[in-house]
Amino acid sequence: MGKRVAVCAVAQIKNDPNYWHLRFQNMLHECFESIMGQTKVNFDMEKGIRTVITCSDDVFDARTISNNGVTDVVGAQFRGEEKMAQESINGLGYAMASILAGHDDVVLFMGHCKESQGESKKMVMNLAYDPFFCRPLGMDFVNADALQARAYMQKSGVTDAHLAKVVVRSRKNARRNPYARECALVDENEVMNSPMLADPMREMHYYPDTDWAFGMLLCCEERVKEFTKKPVWVSGYGSCMDSYFLGDRDLTSNFSLKNAAKRAYEKAGVKDPRREIDIFELSDHAAYQLPMWAEGVGIADEGKGGAWIDEGGMEKYNVNLSGGQLNGNPLLLGGAARAIECVLQLRGEAGDRQVKGAKKALAQAAYGGAGQHQAVVILEA
Amino acid sequence: MAHRKKNRNVGIIGIGQTKYSSHREDVNQPEMIHEAVIAALKDAGLTMKDVDCIVHGNMELFEMVHQPDLWHTLGTGAYGKDCIRITTGGTVGATVACAADNLVASGMYDIVMAIGFEKLQEGHTTGGITNMADPLWFRHLQTGALTGTKAYDVIKEFGEERAKRASLMYRIIMDKHAGLNPNAHRAFGLEFEQIDDLIKTSPRLVGDLKLIEMCSQSDGACCVIFACEKKAKELSKKPVWVRDHITVHREEVFVMFGYDDRNPFPATHRFAAEQLYTRNGVTSPVDYFDVFEMYDPASWWAVDWLRDFFMLKGDEHLKLVENKEIMIGGKIPVNPSGGVIGSNPIGATALVRVAEAALQVRGDAGAHQIPTPVNHALASGFGGTMWTVLMMLEKELNWQEAHNG
Repeated sequence: MGKRVAVCAVAQIKNDPNYWHLRFQNMLHECFESIMGQTKVNFDMEKGIRTVITCSDDVFDARTISNNGVTDVVGAQFRGEEKMAQESINGLGYAMASILAGHDDVVLFMGHCKESQGESKKMVMNLAYDPFFCRPLGMDFVNADALQARAYMQKSGVTDAHLAKVVVRSRKNARRNPYARECALVDENEVMNSPMLADPMREMHYYPDTDWAFGMLLCCEERVKEFTKKPVWVSGYGSCMDSYFLGDRDLTSNFSLKNAAKRAYEKAGVKDPRREIDIFELSDHAAYQLPMWAEGVGIADEGKGGAWIDEGGMEKYNVNLSGGQLNGNPLLLGGAARAIECVLQLRGEAGDRQVKGAKKALAQAAYGGAGQHQAVVILEA
Repeated sequence: MAHRKKNRNVGIIGIGQTKYSSHREDVNQPEMIHEAVIAALKDAGLTMKDVDCIVHGNMELFEMVHQPDLWHTLGTGAYGKDCIRITTGGTVGATVACAADNLVASGMYDIVMAIGFEKLQEGHTTGGITNMADPLWFRHLQTGALTGTKAYDVIKEFGEERAKRASLMYRIIMDKHAGLNPNAHRAFGLEFEQIDDLIKTSPRLVGDLKLIEMCSQSDGACCVIFACEKKAKELSKKPVWVRDHITVHREEVFVMFGYDDRNPFPATHRFAAEQLYTRNGVTSPVDYFDVFEMYDPASWWAVDWLRDFFMLKGDEHLKLVENKEIMIGGKIPVNPSGGVIGSNPIGATALVRVAEAALQVRGDAGAHQIPTPVNHALASGFGGTMWTVLMMLEKELNWQEAHNG
């Protein structure tokens, strides 16, 4: 491995149920101006940004080549631009590779998603399934997640009451995050009485439609001082794909997350995540996923998710102090939201959520039905 | 070179392609991809066990599958492996090649497989491309990839007769090349004697762009395996080295005045070429490169872009075409494979350029192999709103960029 890669600046707009008065270009532009202001970076061909990595999705945007709509507002006019057409966290991994390869010194990474624009999020998710078997059945990420939720809850002793706890805590934590989507505070009874979305998942167990955009500037170790006094190092990245057909998978095995975490830990030299990592930001777009992914990254014992919640695991390991994805980030951008929260914590800029002296953080993201694709990034102060 | 020295050298060690055709109803998407993956593994003498990471790319709205890498796991072999999905536009095939090069050079992965595919029969290609434009301002003005503006420009500059004949000459050279490539979708067996007839009889699509001058829509997949220097030397008798690559996008709205003689705007083709050649010390591309696999969706564009990619002046590019210097056996063969006019499965197309250029360097292109030695190859990608990706390939590791530290 070459030298290290740093995140020099992050920018985001507030997560919102419906930015009806903004086009996604406007959302990105705010983030872009913020990055420029924070770092004074430019687009000089020798010394500035020559490569921009974006994250968006053709189906969510209902635009072929969705990145074609953002060339201007991300500064890609006569510069390179490549789109991470997958969960945004992989954009961080790819930016890391572009810089370690020596191909780029400085990479701007920006992403957007307006879930409010679509007729139906379920239709988008349904389109991820093959048109022969699964799509006509009405498969989407929600009902695939529900099947996984049922199997996992049985295996790990996670109950409806546990999930209520996760939801209540998520919304409470989000109140301390100025960028979090505004969701009503609820108590556990309200969660347990909320209607079923896909048994055993209740409506409140699933993240709400959200609009959001973000930006990050990354650069090579040698040039960090030009852009920031407080670099955060991206020291590990790993991803993993599980099988496609649910019947080919053990839905409770955490196969892809364990692999992704192992690869990220190896690259970052993490031997014992429980002792070494101070902040965990997990992409819990459904409530059951918080304990399940916690098992996957190794901070909860296998099959003990329920007990882990009872014993205060979420607090002990500083899991999702931002409110997590459950409180609301676009599905595609959950990983970037998690990573940005980690960066803020490691820079000591997390306000009321700040964990004193946080040195190492983990951001995780899942995409596909029942977490088919998983990715993990390790960040260090 | 890029910003800094390349961290590790990267070689292409496996190449696999499907046959390109208008209809592959005998296979679904993962099955079609699987054909290319198996071919590439066989070519490299590897199994899936050896591959660390898969890079997947196409354009979702052509088939209307969201995040198709999830389903395609059945055919890509990504199960249990790192897998990312990176896309741009028609350039996407070149983008996955650039991404694979970066991923291997970074030291994060030793062997990376780049996959590009498209099954255009499963959607509406022009509808898909039109859908790229801004819904409020430009979508109703769109003709997809069918544009008559370039024909207008070339005719204006060189006169109707010379321009039209050059475009058809290029088209027929491509057809002759495609006839030698068993994977090509379209090989009609056209002859140079037909030029005048075709100018008169081929139906017009837009302005002076005629049906015969435009690429088709194809089904197909391409897979290229990239490895670090150490593994490439261990595993492959003939690795083809990736020297450098560059991507240049542009925003249509910013360059509308490019059509204005008084306020000209450079094309991304020339801009990308200038940057790439300068940092790699290439002074005369026509002399330096032994083959150029160009993303040529239409013969008007192709003829015009030769001038930019080769940094030529005046009518030098027309002379290359008119004197058949771009034919196999000429001074600088262009698209011995038959090019994009021969086959265009869009998401795979730009990766096919890299694959075909690498086959030429290896001397493994079969009937369409250039008879003279091929040491230096150039591949281009085109997409979006006139975006360019260029990749340079080398037979020998003699420019010694990498630290290999």
